[in-house]
Amino acid sequence: MGAAPPVLFAVLGETIAEKAGVINLSLDGLILLTAMAGFAAARATNSLLAGFAAAMAVGAACGLVVAAGSLTLRQNQVAVGFVLMIVCQNLAYVLGNPIAHVPGPQVPYTPIPLLRHWPIVGPLLFNQDPLVYAGVLATAGVWWYMFRTQPGLTLRGLGERPAAAFARGVDVIRMRYIYTLVGGALVGLGGASFSLAVKPGWSRPYGIEGTGWIVLALVVFGNWDPLRAAAGAYLFVLLQTLATVLQSLIPSAPTQVFPTLPFPLMILALLLVTLGNSEPVRRLLKPLPVGVQRRVSRALRALQASPPASLGIPFEPE
Amino acid sequence: MNTTGATMGILRSIAAGVVGLVLTAACGAGILSVLGASPLEAYRWIAAGAFGTPEQVSYVLTAWTPLLLCAAGLLLTFAAGVWNIGIEGQVIFGAVFATGLLRAMEPGAPAWAGVILAGLAAILGGGMWGGVAGALRAYGNVNEIFGGLGLNFIAGSLTVYLVLGPWARPGIASTSGTLPFPDRLWLPTFAVPPLVIPGETLLGLAAIGLVAGALRGTQFGLRLKAIGKSSRAAYIRGVPVTRGLLWAFAGCGGLAGLAGFVLVIGAYSRHQLFPLISGGYGFLAILVVLLAGSNALAGILISAFFAAVSTGSLQLPLQMHLDSAVSGILEGTLVLLALLMRGVQARLVPGGR
Repeated sequence: MGAAPPVLFAVLGETIAEKAGVINLSLDGLILLTAMAGFAAARATNSLLAGFAAAMAVGAACGLVVAAGSLTLRQNQVAVGFVLMIVCQNLAYVLGNPIAHVPGPQVPYTPIPLLRHWPIVGPLLFNQDPLVYAGVLATAGVWWYMFRTQPGLTLRGLGERPAAAFARGVDVIRMRYIYTLVGGALVGLGGASFSLAVKPGWSRPYGIEGTGWIVLALVVFGNWDPLRAAAGAYLFVLLQTLATVLQSLIPSAPTQVFPTLPFPLMILALLLVTLGNSEPVRRLLKPLPVGVQRRVSRALRALQASPPASLGIPFEPE
Repeated sequence: MNTTGATMGILRSIAAGVVGLVLTAACGAGILSVLGASPLEAYRWIAAGAFGTPEQVSYVLTAWTPLLLCAAGLLLTFAAGVWNIGIEGQVIFGAVFATGLLRAMEPGAPAWAGVILAGLAAILGGGMWGGVAGALRAYGNVNEIFGGLGLNFIAGSLTVYLVLGPWARPGIASTSGTLPFPDRLWLPTFAVPPLVIPGETLLGLAAIGLVAGALRGTQFGLRLKAIGKSSRAAYIRGVPVTRGLLWAFAGCGGLAGLAGFVLVIGAYSRHQLFPLISGGYGFLAILVVLLAGSNALAGILISAFFAAVSTGSLQLPLQMHLDSAVSGILEGTLVLLALLMRGVQARLVPGGR
């Protein structure tokens, strides 16, 4: 529960950006860079708030690069994102070198006074640091914004059919910029949550390498819906916790294998969600009795992830 | 053929290249000064680390080869219009298969047979892993980015398992790798005094030459390019799209596998399998091809440049307490600036290109 906020914030951020139609492939490097930046800033100013702010600024800045590269300069989003990933990752290592293995400020643990004494739910939900609470609120907030407000509807339109939004007078390019920046800022919040709470400090390698890719996968797994994506984030963190537990339960197994397992497992989960609706699977289902077939295909379709139709496709106002 | 036009084109590319290099050096300088380090000193150390002694040059050539091999493979997949992010996993699988074969070899068998067989095994391993990525995309409708990623992760976990489990060093199982191979199994070097050229460099150059030739001169290459331009149009014209894609992935995987092979038994390698053996070469090769486009000669030159910078940067932690990732910053920034400049060019030049 406590380890989830970083992944959660990052997933929410990327979901917003992708829902608006922009994919930010630099996440794996960006999370590292924002984690380092957040820690460095917090340490330099001895203020947690400054750390978080700095990380969010860095996140937004990278979002700006991706947005500029793909929206204004019309380069391939995947290319810009990928190269930016390399730059961010290396920047994080080089700039973070002086502050590696150095102690710094940490987010304090703040239980909510009355609620935490509730029988089962209490210690689990209300005995955490403020980031966890913020994460839950953020998830609810993002979901509500996307699916229950007018601007949220516009956001969804940006990703599905920007031409339609444009026809209704929406400045598609500007809104996409804004949402990419917001998404980037949230990812920055996630990164700072790593270095200021979950995995305090900085080192090389930092240990969360690969998480950014998982976040990208989680957005797909979550079908671009903040609630489902959050569920995916919790699932991933759960797998990571299980891995550590299993490690201590089975000492004979080679160490360090278990911590690497959540990554392929998460991708496998993603593949299941995507594969479920492909041709070969459909053919496999044919021999089953019709009733079973219908129930299975309905279940698979519910699991299915379908991206916003205009994700990654540049928009050109005529 | 408009020769003046062609010359102007080349001059323009060179000019763009120079501008890119200058801007990159400037960005690098900015970042280094934030850390209080002198950019000139850093650049001097990088150059020294790459070309200072003949031994350093050999190291650069050693780093050059996996880049050449991976770039050669990526030329195939980019021609077909796909992003083979799984290339790192394919390099790993090549290394794993090569190691496996060499371990299974009889001690008395001739070394050259072992080396050749290991190379073939590496091509098989990497090609197979590439094929899986391709199949996931062709048959499972899985986006090749996530499929490739997943396969990278699996390959990574597999390596850790092998190095710490079945293939562990007797006595102390450690992540530093498997038992190093005896030197009769290393690839040969060629002495061209004062340089010592590792044998695998020739392999790399041959590979990229072959791929470039294949793309330009064979029907296979033509098919791939057709698929890359528009898979639907290609399909309508009777090009076997699925098979073409699979072969592109498998081909790239095979070449990446060779890169893994070279990383394991190259003349100056560590001669062992260890986690993270792919060392980011696959991703760096993606950067090379992004910059070079479909131009194989540019690819050769750019990978040489990247190899030099990466090798030279290894001096930085020793001499200036800087993380060697400076090379990654320089390389990435160069490609990023190139992409952005291309975009600016396209937007500013009326009528574009």
